[in-house]
Amino acid sequence: MIFDDIFFVLSVRNVRLHFLRSVLAAVGIIIGVVAIASMGIMGTNLTVAVTEELSSSGNVIMVTPAGGGGGDFGDHSQSATSDNVITDRQVKDIEKVSGTNAVIPLHSTADQIEVGSKQGWVTIYGLDTDDMRVQLNVEEGKFISGTSGALIGPLLAEDYELKTGSRIKIGDDEDGRKTIRVVGVLEERGMSMEMYTDSAIVVSENWYTDQYGGENEYDQVNVIVENLDKIEEIKEGIDRKLNKGRDDEVNVIDSGSILEMITNTLSTITVFVSGIAGISLLVAAVSIFNVMMMSVTERIKEIGILRSIGTRKAWVRRMFIYEAFILGFVGSALGGLLSLAGGYVLVLMMVQDTQYFFSFQSLINIPYAMGIGIIICVVSGVYPAWKASNLDPIEALANE
Amino acid sequence: MSGPVIELVDVSKVYSLPSGDVVALDNVSLVIEEGDFVAIMGPSGSGKSTLLNQIGSLDVPTSGDLYVTGRNIREMDDDELTDLRRDEIGYIFQKFNLIPLLTAYENVEYPYLLKHKKTDRTGRVTSLLKEVGIDESRMYHTPNELSGGQQQRVAIARALVNEPGILLCDEPTGNLDTKTSRQIMEMLAHLNSGGMTVIMVTHDPNIADYARRTITISDGRIV
Repeated sequence: MIFDDIFFVLSVRNVRLHFLRSVLAAVGIIIGVVAIASMGIMGTNLTVAVTEELSSSGNVIMVTPAGGGGGDFGDHSQSATSDNVITDRQVKDIEKVSGTNAVIPLHSTADQIEVGSKQGWVTIYGLDTDDMRVQLNVEEGKFISGTSGALIGPLLAEDYELKTGSRIKIGDDEDGRKTIRVVGVLEERGMSMEMYTDSAIVVSENWYTDQYGGENEYDQVNVIVENLDKIEEIKEGIDRKLNKGRDDEVNVIDSGSILEMITNTLSTITVFVSGIAGISLLVAAVSIFNVMMMSVTERIKEIGILRSIGTRKAWVRRMFIYEAFILGFVGSALGGLLSLAGGYVLVLMMVQDTQYFFSFQSLINIPYAMGIGIIICVVSGVYPAWKASNLDPIEALANE
Repeated sequence: MSGPVIELVDVSKVYSLPSGDVVALDNVSLVIEEGDFVAIMGPSGSGKSTLLNQIGSLDVPTSGDLYVTGRNIREMDDDELTDLRRDEIGYIFQKFNLIPLLTAYENVEYPYLLKHKKTDRTGRVTSLLKEVGIDESRMYHTPNELSGGQQQRVAIARALVNEPGILLCDEPTGNLDTKTSRQIMEMLAHLNSGGMTVIMVTHDPNIADYARRTITISDGRIV
């Protein structure tokens, strides 16, 4: 048992004897552990929050024209060339490859709207009314039946104070305005890559093509895959079928890959930021090294006594490693406790959502940081311990 | 007496310094029998402490052979020398050299712990401390709370705790008053009469009188 070990007892007493110096050395470790753990917690919470937002659409394959398309500001019909749209024939090919999975072709553009005296730009999606029921959920009101009527996102409803029955003017003076009535407010979907409807207007395909043209020419096709294991297979199938020529006609991406890319990027940023925070631990390591060297210098005579009455070199080393470990453990433990508060404040400020703070993957950063703190302390103590153990007993005894 | 516990055969110790080599011991040959009480005398810098350090296996000779309880220390590695010091040799220093972080009791128990890997449950530490005149009220004091005489008594108890055959004393009364010096020397004489080999460095002829024989060393040679 370590607490019964005489060398551990000697180390504890030496730390206690030089309490202030030990506390000051441990402060460096406390700061380092708090910095690393807090950054790690913030990064994890950010990653989890973004992942949760995006993962609801993780089973969607998006097919977009290789030349661009979608979301173009201005007259859609003018930009709808074969390079930047997906044709009806291509949609049929996608349907063939996708089997029984839902294939949802959609139009999208951005246009000006006016509600009362308030004006602004929004994204407008045009979908088959049956497809809307597959991909969207209505929170208030009902789905579009027929061709008229619009569904609006909840953030748009909030911004423009819209509700079921409200009327929106779409378009500008130059190209003509059309008024459309809100029939339903959509459920909040969050950050979804294939279709961000929270601040958008969704109209029927017929209404859309009447207003913007582009019949049978789509800006994007979403394939909702029932079985996640099939995503890769379907993705490759679409790619093979549609991109036969020298140049690709379409881009095929699944939201899972984008999600992975985003989480990887966030993880890299977290590691980078934690690394910067880790510099404070390096400074602490120098402080611990300094304290340990002072301890060795002050205890040269004691080391000589220990060696002369039968203490092996390895045991002297152990005593000093214990001392470094104690400094590291106490500093890291206090740092770990303070990280709970520091991390919480940081998450509250940067992520503005603390619902994942107490999750395992968030709090695991604390023991990781504590572990790093302890390891750095012990490593800092290795050279002083080695130096102490290799002192010549006679010279050490002669030291005053 | 029953055979040599210490035997030096042409032992030399040379220290290499930037200013040149210093010969601390020059071809010293010496035999010390079991149960002997030897006083080593000589002027400062004559090599008497170097000789004691060699016998105590704190250092190894540059040349020659040195046998402690029949083993040649030049053929032993550092751990073996350390174990030899722990098990066979008790060391008493002029400046007591107790461990300041430990109490009197813990100081005495320390070599026992090193040897037996467990605390003393036999009462040996307590009885040794009582034998040297440290009562229970002083046992749990740290060295800086004890007088010089009390510290030297604790140091003697520490030297004896592992029942060594050899007791090495480097100016054991050098920091003590006359009365305490006499008490300490009587204690050493008593231990010697019990069969323990005592080797003592001193420059005080009155202290040397307690020994059965005296060796004088000058310029690294026994004269």
